[in-house]
Formats: sequence, C-alpha cells, structure tokens
Amino acid sequence: MRITCPICGERDRREFYYVGDAVLLERPDPEAGEAAWDDYLHNRDNPAGDTRDLWSHEGGCGAWVVVTRNTVTHEVLATELASDVAADLREARP
Amino acid sequence: MAELIAKTPCAGLLPLEGGAVAVTEVVPEAMTLMAPFNGREAAFSDALKDAHGMATPAPKRATGREGARAVWFGRGQVMLIGARAQTALAGHAAQTDQSDAWAAVRIAGDDAEAVLARLVPMDLRQRVFKRGHTARTLLGHMTTSITRVGDDAFMILVFRSMAETLVHELQTAMKGVAGRRGA
Amino acid sequence: MRVTGKGLIDRSTPVSFTFDGRRYDGFAGDSVASALLANDVRLMARSFKYHRPRGVMGAGSEEANALITVGRGSEQDPNVRATVQEVFQELEVFSQNRFPSLEWDLLALNDLAAPFLGAGFYYKTFMWPKSFWERVYEPVIRRAAGLGALSGQGNTDRYEKAFAFCDLLVIGAGPAGLSAARAAARAGADVILADEDSLMGGRLNSETHEIDGMPGAEWAAQAVAELAQMDNVHLMPRTTVTGAYDQGTFGALERVAHHRPRGQAPRECFWRIVAQRSVLATGAIERPVAFRNNDRPGIMTAGAVRSYLNRYGVAPGRATTIFANNDDAHRTARDLVEAGMHVAAVIDSRLEAPDGQGYPVIKGAQVCDTAGRKGLESVTYRATSGEEKIKTDCLAMSGGWNPSVHLSCHMNGRPVWDEAVQAFLPAPGAVPGMRMAGACNGVFSTHGAFVQGAEAAVAALSDLGITTEVGETPEAEDAPYRLQPLWAVPGKGRAWLDFQNDVTVKDVTLAATENFRSVEHMKRYTTQGMAPDQGRNSNVAALAVLADATGRGIAETGTTTFRPPFSPVPVAAMGAGAQGRGFAPERFTTSHKASVERGAPMIEAGLWYRPSYFPAPGETSWRQSCDREVNMVRSAVGVCDVSTLGKIDIQGEDAPAFLDLVYTNMFSTLKVGRTRYGLMLREDGHVMDDGTTARLGQTHYVMTTTTAAAGPVMRHLEYVHQCLRSEWDVRLASVTEQWAQFAVAGPKSRELLNSILDETIDGERWPFMACGAVRVQGVEGRLFRISFSGEHAYEVAVPARYGDSLFRLLLARAGALGGGPYGMEALNVLRIEKGFITHSEIHGRVTADDIGMGRMVSAKKDCIGKTMSERPGLSGPEREQLVGLKPVGTVRQLTAGAHLFNAGDPAERAYGQGYVTSVGFSPTLESYLALAFLKNGRARHGEEIRMVDQLRGITARCEVCHPVFHDPEGEKTRG
Repeated sequence: MRITCPICGERDRREFYYVGDAVLLERPDPEAGEAAWDDYLHNRDNPAGDTRDLWSHEGGCGAWVVVTRNTVTHEVLATELASDVAADLREARP
Repeated sequence: MAELIAKTPCAGLLPLEGGAVAVTEVVPEAMTLMAPFNGREAAFSDALKDAHGMATPAPKRATGREGARAVWFGRGQVMLIGARAQTALAGHAAQTDQSDAWAAVRIAGDDAEAVLARLVPMDLRQRVFKRGHTARTLLGHMTTSITRVGDDAFMILVFRSMAETLVHELQTAMKGVAGRRGA
Repeated sequence: MRVTGKGLIDRSTPVSFTFDGRRYDGFAGDSVASALLANDVRLMARSFKYHRPRGVMGAGSEEANALITVGRGSEQDPNVRATVQEVFQELEVFSQNRFPSLEWDLLALNDLAAPFLGAGFYYKTFMWPKSFWERVYEPVIRRAAGLGALSGQGNTDRYEKAFAFCDLLVIGAGPAGLSAARAAARAGADVILADEDSLMGGRLNSETHEIDGMPGAEWAAQAVAELAQMDNVHLMPRTTVTGAYDQGTFGALERVAHHRPRGQAPRECFWRIVAQRSVLATGAIERPVAFRNNDRPGIMTAGAVRSYLNRYGVAPGRATTIFANNDDAHRTARDLVEAGMHVAAVIDSRLEAPDGQGYPVIKGAQVCDTAGRKGLESVTYRATSGEEKIKTDCLAMSGGWNPSVHLSCHMNGRPVWDEAVQAFLPAPGAVPGMRMAGACNGVFSTHGAFVQGAEAAVAALSDLGITTEVGETPEAEDAPYRLQPLWAVPGKGRAWLDFQNDVTVKDVTLAATENFRSVEHMKRYTTQGMAPDQGRNSNVAALAVLADATGRGIAETGTTTFRPPFSPVPVAAMGAGAQGRGFAPERFTTSHKASVERGAPMIEAGLWYRPSYFPAPGETSWRQSCDREVNMVRSAVGVCDVSTLGKIDIQGEDAPAFLDLVYTNMFSTLKVGRTRYGLMLREDGHVMDDGTTARLGQTHYVMTTTTAAAGPVMRHLEYVHQCLRSEWDVRLASVTEQWAQFAVAGPKSRELLNSILDETIDGERWPFMACGAVRVQGVEGRLFRISFSGEHAYEVAVPARYGDSLFRLLLARAGALGGGPYGMEALNVLRIEKGFITHSEIHGRVTADDIGMGRMVSAKKDCIGKTMSERPGLSGPEREQLVGLKPVGTVRQLTAGAHLFNAGDPAERAYGQGYVTSVGFSPTLESYLALAFLKNGRARHGEEIRMVDQLRGITARCEVCHPVFHDPEGEKTRG
C-alpha cells in the first residue's frame, strides 16, 4: 500500500503509523456532554466504502495526515495535512 | 582536572568497504535542528542566508555544500550540519543542539544505490533523487535522513544509539550486492 | 534422448550432476527435467497420495509432477520443480516422497487401496477415537502422503529483499511482454521486465515460428539484447512476480543463485516493486485432458514436448502420440517430424481436425486408457469404430490453454469466462493500472501478442503523460485458435485432474453427489487446487467437471479465488535480513561498553540494552549483587545510566500552555530553573505516562518520558500540536540521543558531583527539583536534582560523545566513596521501596485516582483526558487502588502477576480483590515488598490479604500497607 504524504509525496505504507478515524481532529469542548465525548472517543462507523482516517508519517517527515480511502477497493482518494484540516475546522467553528 | 574524552558514534565500526561501495563516518563540527516559529519563516530564512550563506531548503531539499549544509529534516524543520549555528538565528527558530544525537555516515561508490535499494523503501535512483535531494524515510526499521551528496554518494543519519545496527544493515546489504557482482 | 541440431542449450559446456546419487550428463542451459529426459530417465517422482510413478508433465514453472529436493543438510530445498532447476556442475538433486527408493516405493500400496482413498476418505474414516487424532492418525497420514521434507537443520543460506521502482512493470517476457517492454523503453519510460524463466522469450524459445524471417528464439534474443543496453530498462530474469497489491505494488521472487554453486550471492531476493503502470503478459498454461491413467511418466502436455524438442534438443520419447482437441497441438507433430522423430499418431477429438503432414491423424477419437507402470508403453483410444491400442512411449496431450490470469485476481478481480476460447480471461481493470496482453488475455497468436503488448504499453505510457506510438509489428504467425472443448474422457478408472494433489474426476463428481456443489466447497472437500501449484494446471478442468456433474455452465459455476503468491515464496526470502541482529534495531547507551566490561548482563528494555546488575568479585547470584547495589545507594552513592528515558525539547510562546494541556498538572506556573513531576493522561482518562519536566527558560522546557513510552509520548505530543492546537507556537524535538544522562544517587551524591563539576554545588543553590546548566570537566552539561530512588540524588547530562568517558569517571570517583554503578534490578528495588510507579503499574487500565494521584488532575484548567477521567466508575472505592504489600505469614515470597483474595475466599476469579504488579526484595527492610492494585485499597491499610500465584503455586499472607515503604516523609530526598 502506498500513501501520498502531502509533504513527501507517495511513500510506502510502512513509513506511516495508523491511528484511527479523522474525527480525532474534532475534540469536543470539555462541557460538550457525554454524548459528544462518546462519539469523539468511542463510536465509529465501519463503512464498506469511503472512510477518513488519521495517519502519522512517523517514518518520514513527522506530519499527521488525513487520508480518505476506500475500504473496499483500497483506493487512496485524498490526503491532506492534519494541521490544515484542523485550521479549516477552527475557522468553521462559530 | 580529568578530561572527558569524546567518542564518535561509529568509533570502531567504520570505515567499511565491500564490492563497489565504501562507508565512512562523517563527523560534522555541529548539528543544530532548527524549527522556525510561527510567522518567522521569512525572517529565519534571511538570517540563515546572512549568517551562513545558505538558503533555507525547501521540503525534500538540502542547500549548502560539503562542510556546511542546511538539510530539510521533516515537517517545519531544518538541520544545520557542519557549521555551528550563529546566534543571529536565535529567536527566529527553536534550536536544539543535535551534534551528538545522530550517527552520520557517507556511503559512496557504484553500488551505493543498489545497497540502499535493499534497505530503504523509497526510490533513490539518480533520475528521481538527485544531488541536493533529501528524504526522511526508513532504513530497515530505523528512521533516517538520507541526502544525496554526489552522483554516487549519500549521507545517512540515524539515531546515535543505532550506529551498530546501521553498520550491520549496510554490511549485510553490501555483502549481498558484492556477492552478485562476484558471481 | 538428445536430438542433434536442435535446442538452445550450450553444447560446448557439458555439465554433470547427480539424481538420487547417480551421475548424469547435461549441458549448460538444461533444466534437471530436460537433462534427465535426455538420459532417458522418465520416472522422476511419486505422487502425493497414491505414490503413483510420475514423470514430467510440463516444461516450466507450471510443473505439477516432477518435484525434487535440491541439495542436502542445511542447504536442502524441497519441492523444487525439476523443470525450473537449471543444471550446473556438481548439482545434487533427489526424488522425494518415496520409501525406500523412487523405483521401489513401498507406499505405492496406497495406489492399490485407491478405491477407499477417494475424496472425503479421511473425514469419514478417522473419526474416532478422538484420542487417535493427533497421536496416531495424523503422524501416519503425514508419513504416507506428502511432498519433500526439510532437513531439520537451520537454513544457513542468505536471502535478501529489495525495493524497485519503475514507470512500467512488464510481467512476462514472451512476445507480448517483449513487445510491451520495447515500446515503452524506446519511448524513454522506466521499465522493469520480469520473467520467471532463465531465458527471456517465453514460447518463442519453444516454438519454431519465424519472426521477421528469423527463428523466434533469435528474434527474442535480439530484442532482449536491445533492452539490456538501455539505461531505463531493468531486466529481471528468473524473477516470478508473485503478487499484485495496492497502489501498484508487486511482490517478486528472484532466484539469484539457484543455478550455480553456492557462493557469496544470496540465494533469492524478494522484491517489492512499485510500478506506476503494469502490463500483464504472463502467457498461458496448457491444460491436460482427464482420461484413465493419464498420469504415467511419458505423458505430458503437447507444448512441453515442443519445449523439450525445440529449446532443449530433447525428444521425450521415440514414438510420440499426440492427443488434442485443438489445432495448436498439431504443431507438436509437425516439429517432431521435421526433427526426424517418429510420430505414432495424432488423436484428435474433433471430427473436423486438420489432416496430417507426414503423420497419421485419427479424427473424432479420444484416448481412454494407457499402460506402463513406470513409463508409458501404450495408449488405448476410442473411435467410432471401437477401441484400438497404439504402442507409444510419449503422449503429448492438449486440452487447450488456460490464460495465466492469477495476478489479475489478487485484488478481488474475478476472471470472466470466454466461450470463444473456452477459458477464463482477466477482468479488465481488475488491478488498477494493469493492462493485459497476449495469451494471458486470450490472444493466442504471436502476431496478436505483439500487437496487444505494444498497444498496452502505449496506453500505459499515455496515462503517464508520455506520448508514443505502436511501432511496426514484427512479422509473425497469426493462426486462429481452433478448439472444441474436451475436459474429461468418459469411462471407468481414475482420470487425474489435479496431478499434484492426486485428485481425480471421480473425486469431483463424488463431491457433487454429496452436495458440495459450490466450487469453493468442492475444492475443500477434494483438496483440488490446494497443492503448491494452486491448481494452475487443473482448476478449470475440475470446475468444468463440476459444472457437468451439477448440470450448470462453467461461467455459472465460477472459479475459486487466486490469491498471492502465484508460486511458492520461501518465508526466508520474505523475511530476509530480519533474522538475528536484523530482527530489530539494537540501541546502545554510551555506557554500554563500560558496563559489559564490568561483567554486567545486559537486558532488553524496548530496543535498548541496559545493565541488569554489576557483579562484584565473589558474588554468585544476581540477588547478592542487587542487594549490595541497593545498600550502596542507600548508604553511599550509586551511578546509573538513565539516557534511555525519552527527552523532548519543547520551545515556543505557547509551550507553557501546551504543557498545561498535555499534563494533568500545571507547568505554566513552574519557575525557570525548576523541575516538576507530571502526569499525562490519554483522552479516555487513563494514565498514559509520567515523568519530570524541567523549565530551562520562559519558553523552553525539556520533558522526560519513561523509556518505554518515549516514542508514543512524542507521537502523542505531535498529535496534540498538529491536530488539536496547530495554531499554537510550539516546537517539539527529541533530544533523547543528544544527552548521556546519569543518575547519581545516595547520601554521597553531592560529594561525588562536586568532584567532577567545575563549580561546586550546594543545597541552597541546588535544592530538590532544581535544574540548570553546569560545566563538567569543561564540558557544558545539564544538572537536574531529581530522584527515582528516594535518596538525595541528581541526574547529570553531557553531550553523548562524552558519555563513555563521564561514566567511567563517575565510577572511578564513586569507588573512592564506597559507591559504584547500579543496574536495573537495584533501580527497581529502590523505586519499589519508595512506591514509585513504572509501566508495571501504569499499564493502560489505571486512572490517576487509582494510583493515588487524583488530586494531580488540576481543577483550574482543561487537559487531555480530564473530561473522561471524571466519568463515573473511573474513581472511587469500587476501583482497584495502588497499595503496598508485605508478607506476614510463613511464606515470605511475593510474585508479580499473582492475584489477591480475602482470607477465607476461594482463589477464583469471582472473588478477586486485585493483583500484584511489582515485586522486589528490599535489603533495606529485609523483606519482600510488592506494589499491587487492591479493591478500595487505600482504605484497607493494615488489613491482611491472601496472595495466590496459581502459575507458580505460591500462596502468601500479606499485610496491606501504604505504597511508600521507605522514608515516607521524603527527608532523605530533600535533605
């Protein structure tokens, strides 16, 4: 498997460390309540299809990367720097 | 007063020769990791140019030359290798002294690419990875920084504690490549 | 028998080799199979289950029968195909799966028992008694059936793995592959051409076709020579592409040195090839026809006979009969006649078969039986006029060709049945970036292969933005593929489908009768296609028989799934370089050498090696050394390398806020020049790690992590920064390797330090938890007054280049004070005496409250893990809490991992009160001490509890106490 690091380009999967769903970027407010925190930490979809997850290019440049990929075809559809995605989320916040 | 004696990371391990490859230890005078602070990238770049006469390398590139290089070292990081970081850089970037943190070797020769192809999961052939190109990647199980410093030469950095493993891995790969040549 | 004037072998280089100890002659360029056939050796193997005598069936990697063992002892390779193994001087090969010899195999009795040994026999027979399953049945069956054996000795051969990259990977160097590689290479693309054969050219080396007016083999050699000269081409002969994986990654096994005596080169190299685009040009495998006794030595595929004749200059028989359902097989007769060999007859199942050209053709007939136990003697055919027998010593059979679609199926692609060519073809787009060309795509003429190969390359390059054209197509035969399906000849007796696993037509029909109608069920019931060849020769015929037996079409019946690898890959090749020292990096501290010199046994701590203890003269057990080292630290001074702890440099305007977020307690309030203990939680509220963090400047901290968690903590900090607080001005850098850091602990620690520091220190300027820069013998270093032993202690750090020197200096000076080095065992006892935790305690399931640090979760700020740590059930008396244990009964020993029970309760899970995490013998208190987690433990100090270690059979009564056993007020640390 190959993943395109937004900084380094296409690299072997072994350079990356898999973490989990990209929802991890959306840390709720401490007061957001149990449901929000449960969703953030525990509740996950298991799609046969497109999914977005968070990988660390630990064996490379060290960037955290949001990878959109398809669990059926294994196609990697898009990769973005997690810090960019986080910045967009910040701006979108009311 | 007793004097503390300095030891290089690969002391007693190198040089190494085999087939068409030679591996030697590189002992830069200093290595300084620099990570420009938010909004200071341009100021840092200017300061680096003024202080060391080197441009800030773009990602995956190294600037400077033998003796003093600025090597891109990962997301938002540059490693100044060789020259001692000038104080003018302070304030523009977080600096950490890494002079003792890395084992640095130079691998050179006709088979250098072939040897690294046995250890590194990325394309290091000259048509793709030219002189002045650098990468953070893996060498075996170790994180590494690899820079092409010549048509047939690379500089490889791994953590100091892993110097023996680096030499072991290189030696094993060199034996395999040399074995094919000999046959 | 050799045929003069034929073949591509090098007759000027004779070689001799041995087979079962007997010497044979061959030539360079021969395979073991061709050389044995040249010596009129037809019997080469015994079959898997029935121990039937077998010869070769093919001439290449598809070979199902002639499996041999190469070499002996630690160099022994079983199950090598005799058709693939090239001969060289002094090669030793052996037949396998026979006893006592290939000629006289006692287990051939199985063949007589065949009526009982059909599909499902084992399942039905060896049912009871159950106690016999593993002790009797399995060993007996394993002995009776099987393939080659390993020597039982360690494999001393060297293997290698490597990575390669290209624009275009061409898999197979037959006409289609050569055409594709040539088109792409001439356009300047980066090309890898891989072929499993030693000689590139594919069928061109086995046929008599002319290409551009020259022999096909010569044309192929020229094409290969042109490619070999190009810088942008990497030719990989003897390389089997074994698997197609995600994003253009392929596995490939290169047989580097199987064709020559052992030297310095690795035996095999397992390549990971990354290709932007690929062309599948793997050709096709000729399929046998199932008829009674179709497995005798001397019966092979028609194409194999042409390979032996045209490539190796060998006639596999003196009178050859051809049995076919297609035009292609008639070439065999033509080639044999042209070479002056005798063709007994061509038996063609079609009434409309072409006429013979100097040989008889019997049309509309089928071979229905054969004779000759250890070598074919005659065949019987059935025509409309009745049955006839022909004397013949070689039968060349052809049921048509099966395209080698395997790689196209490795990413879930299902091959598609094509009625016209009566074969499964690769589904287009089955592997992203892969195009198919030539016979593997159902195009069987040489001309067609050339055209498709070039077209595939041009299309692939166009994807990559390289524009080129299909060049001139070489002139080559373009015969139509004419075939009438024939899978199995009806009749009694056993007709083999899967030669390698001894599966017959009967077995498949029995499976259908017993309702194993799904092709996947049939496969598992009969073991059809489960041998090393994975049904390459047999699957299509088997499912045709199944389709017939179940009254369905072949397309409807479907095929089983082809999975990687295409042909067997030794684990030794896949895992090359990972044995011994290559298994994982070894991390050595700067004091490693000095520790080893002192006789310290080194133990693994993650990837690091750390000294267990430093034996003094006269000490005979680790406990003696450990006790002495503990006493030494408590009474004088000890030195311990702590460089393995993670050290993370944190700088930037937002560094204080960042630390407040990742730690439960406050670091923004820490004074410059001071160190603080910090506790880190995971976001789910459980403890992740702990350690001290020093504030070196207003916006500069250095964090220490435990050795084990250095990597995970760095990753966590990067996550928090990049994913949660990317706007913050914080920079992180690991400085673990920069510093050699030594703990100097004990009442005489300051005295020791003052003997090596350029400026002396005192309690006023260096109180407990102070930190700052110092000079050590003129070298700039760092000093931290922290303690993991409970003693007055420091950690002194210098740049790693001076580590060895400083360690030796510290030991020399410590020796003069009655001190010395201490290892991990003493370090462990010292910290247990003080109730300090490690990852034995913070093992991932404990909360801050569990370890008595609930109050360290600051109420004044948010931190990672805080919200979730407040969930009900994560704190309180119902939880298991950290306590100390001391033995009070007759049994004085405590063991880590033991469980705790209330006195009087059974030692069963339901009654569990907790468990022991760390144990050490404290020479200070002259008792075993343990740290443990106990339900509501903090409220139970003074109670007695029962410790039960079911594994070691130890039960001990213990007193529950405070986890800090020694100097609970910390007077020594601060003093």
